[in-house]
Amino acid sequence: MADSEATLTAHEPELKHHFDDSAQQLESSTLGMWVFLVTEVMFFGGMFGAYTVYRNLYRNAFASTSHFMNVIIGAVNTGVLICSSFTMVLAVRSAQLGQKKALVAFLILTLILGCVFLSLKYVEYHEKWVDHHIPGPGFQYADPRYFHQAQILFLLYFAMTGMHAIHMIVGAGLLTTLIVMAARDRFSATWHTPVEMIGLYWHFVDIVWIFLFPLLYLIGHTQ
Amino acid sequence: MSPTLPFASTEARTNYLNADYGWKSWLFTTDHKRIALLYLFSITVFFFVGGLFAVGMRLNLLTPQGLFSHDTYNKLFTMHGIIMVFFFLVPSIPATLGNFLVPMMIGARDLAFPRINLLSWYIYIVGGIFALTAVVQGGVDTGWTFYAPFSSTYSNTHVILAALGVFVSGFSSILTGLNFIVTIHKMRAPGMTWSRLPLFVWGHYATSLIQVLGTPVIAITLVLLGLERLLHAGIFDPTLGGDPVLFQHLFWFYSHPAVYIMILPGMAVISEIVACFSRKAIFGYSFVAFSSIAIAVLGFLVWGHHLFVAGQSMYASMAFSFISFLVAVPSAIKVFNWTATMYKGSVSFETPMLYAFGFIGLFTIGGLTGLFLATMAIDVHVTDTYFVIAHFHYVMVGGMVMAYLGGIHFWFPKITGRMYPEGWAKFAALVVFVGFNLTFFPQFILGYQGMPRRYAHYAPEFQVLNVMSTAGASVLAVGYLLPMIYLTWAWRKGPRAPQNPWNAKGLEWSSHPRPRLPTTLNINRW
Repeated sequence: MADSEATLTAHEPELKHHFDDSAQQLESSTLGMWVFLVTEVMFFGGMFGAYTVYRNLYRNAFASTSHFMNVIIGAVNTGVLICSSFTMVLAVRSAQLGQKKALVAFLILTLILGCVFLSLKYVEYHEKWVDHHIPGPGFQYADPRYFHQAQILFLLYFAMTGMHAIHMIVGAGLLTTLIVMAARDRFSATWHTPVEMIGLYWHFVDIVWIFLFPLLYLIGHTQ
Repeated sequence: MSPTLPFASTEARTNYLNADYGWKSWLFTTDHKRIALLYLFSITVFFFVGGLFAVGMRLNLLTPQGLFSHDTYNKLFTMHGIIMVFFFLVPSIPATLGNFLVPMMIGARDLAFPRINLLSWYIYIVGGIFALTAVVQGGVDTGWTFYAPFSSTYSNTHVILAALGVFVSGFSSILTGLNFIVTIHKMRAPGMTWSRLPLFVWGHYATSLIQVLGTPVIAITLVLLGLERLLHAGIFDPTLGGDPVLFQHLFWFYSHPAVYIMILPGMAVISEIVACFSRKAIFGYSFVAFSSIAIAVLGFLVWGHHLFVAGQSMYASMAFSFISFLVAVPSAIKVFNWTATMYKGSVSFETPMLYAFGFIGLFTIGGLTGLFLATMAIDVHVTDTYFVIAHFHYVMVGGMVMAYLGGIHFWFPKITGRMYPEGWAKFAALVVFVGFNLTFFPQFILGYQGMPRRYAHYAPEFQVLNVMSTAGASVLAVGYLLPMIYLTWAWRKGPRAPQNPWNAKGLEWSSHPRPRLPTTLNINRW
């Protein structure tokens, strides 16, 4: 076995010792990433479950809170994330074609869009702070009937968008690593697994936002 | 698949233990066998820490007035539960024996993600440090279930720290499960089809599914609990508009399937041991294999049986009760098939088989009393009594710990290359069995008579049974200390083991007693 390993590793420097060939390694990484994304679905799923319960219990209170959400920033951010998913796809495509310059450019573009999202999110959080909509001792709400119930929604709002933002920050860190690796010629048309894997992660984080935006910002606007 | 393997010569050579002795070679290892031993050492420490709390509880319950204050007793049972569930039972067999054996059994050189495997151990240790810090700081008194609103609003103890420990250690469990799933899907040697997969691997596959799907939910539940406690904003506290039953739903959505994380690997071990010491192939292989999957799937649909008296809708309770009965079917299939395997087999009584006998008998009692609890009318009577305590200790301790010890003895020659002293081991197995039953059988009676759990004091008429239980706990403690001593001795001084001391059929026995580092098998193909 030692011999066969030696010959394999000589040709494919990125092949780890415990895999038979690159195809097996790529399949393993891909399945691992998908399983990880399943755990992420369950992680966010707990919060979506809690949201569903309270939205059914406190329908009117939840509808009233959506008037205090900044729909414009939310909508712009939705667009920003969709664009960032597009640039991420283009980055993966460039990696597959072995186009280093395009890969670095699209990764940087994705990173910039991610940072735009986080900056706008900061502006929104700051608004909430000014309006005393942060759950806790300083919480205030215009409609006294809904004081506790609206606070639950804002707690869920901060938990869900906060967890989402943490995932975005992690994603930005991963993108930075990818940019450095790409600039140092670590990727080729035959081996670019990290780009594909982080691409999957990035799309997942975007999709979470696609659900968060209507549930948190738009629910009260049909009335 | 009759493997004609190029056996390694038996003369001294480098193996995974003597390849390098430096501390760096252990703390930075990515070898699944060494990581298994890191886990083995760590969970043993936690087992004895958790055991110490149990000793405190049983001492307190020696007399009706108790020995400790109510607050101290509340902390004892809480820390016992948290440590034993999250830091011993959940990682016990998967992280040690599973880590060591799954790659060997399927003919892979390592798990798919060796560095993630090491990372999972570090995460486990960080979680453990948080939990132990909570202990040193004065403990937690919420019960291992962290029920809100007591945990989020009223408890004055270190809830956040302990919850953080559970939260963090959950990710080690997730990563272990993820690694196993990918390894079993993608790393099987040619010819190792799903229908030839050892039952040990099937059990770990089912366990991994639960770890991956369930653990994230308790993680986010504990985050929400922590937010409520920090911000005093309602989400579970009814005085703030929250719903405490929602917490119970979210908690048990993980924690009931987690019970199967704690028993499926035990069943996996027993399937191997029973087949080996009956000298027969397991009876009804595919039924045993798929019953593991059935338990994993149905296990996700029964959590509501913990909420029969919590104000859950009656119709939900009826559905949960029915599905809880259903999950007994695959469990029973396993017990019947192990028994049928022994029938007309050439049964021998080495130590691992003694533990397997113990497992089958005690798990059957634990499982059948689970049906009492799944019956809504009886459950109302015995909710939060010692009947429940006895039931789940028959499964967790009588089942899982027995299987764990059986597995440790069975694969001890594989892991260390040496034999343990059979006489002492048989004696210890007997002591564990006697001590266990003396500890927990009286608790069934106590519970049925109405002694509630989690109280530091009790009515005087319960004293005789409680003294029996405490006496049994001391016997059990001896039974657990004995293997610690003779296995440690045997690791250094035991007689050298032959390649396959039990004449077992498993692929893991086909390589050298102590496999090489970093490779496990001398084959790529067969």
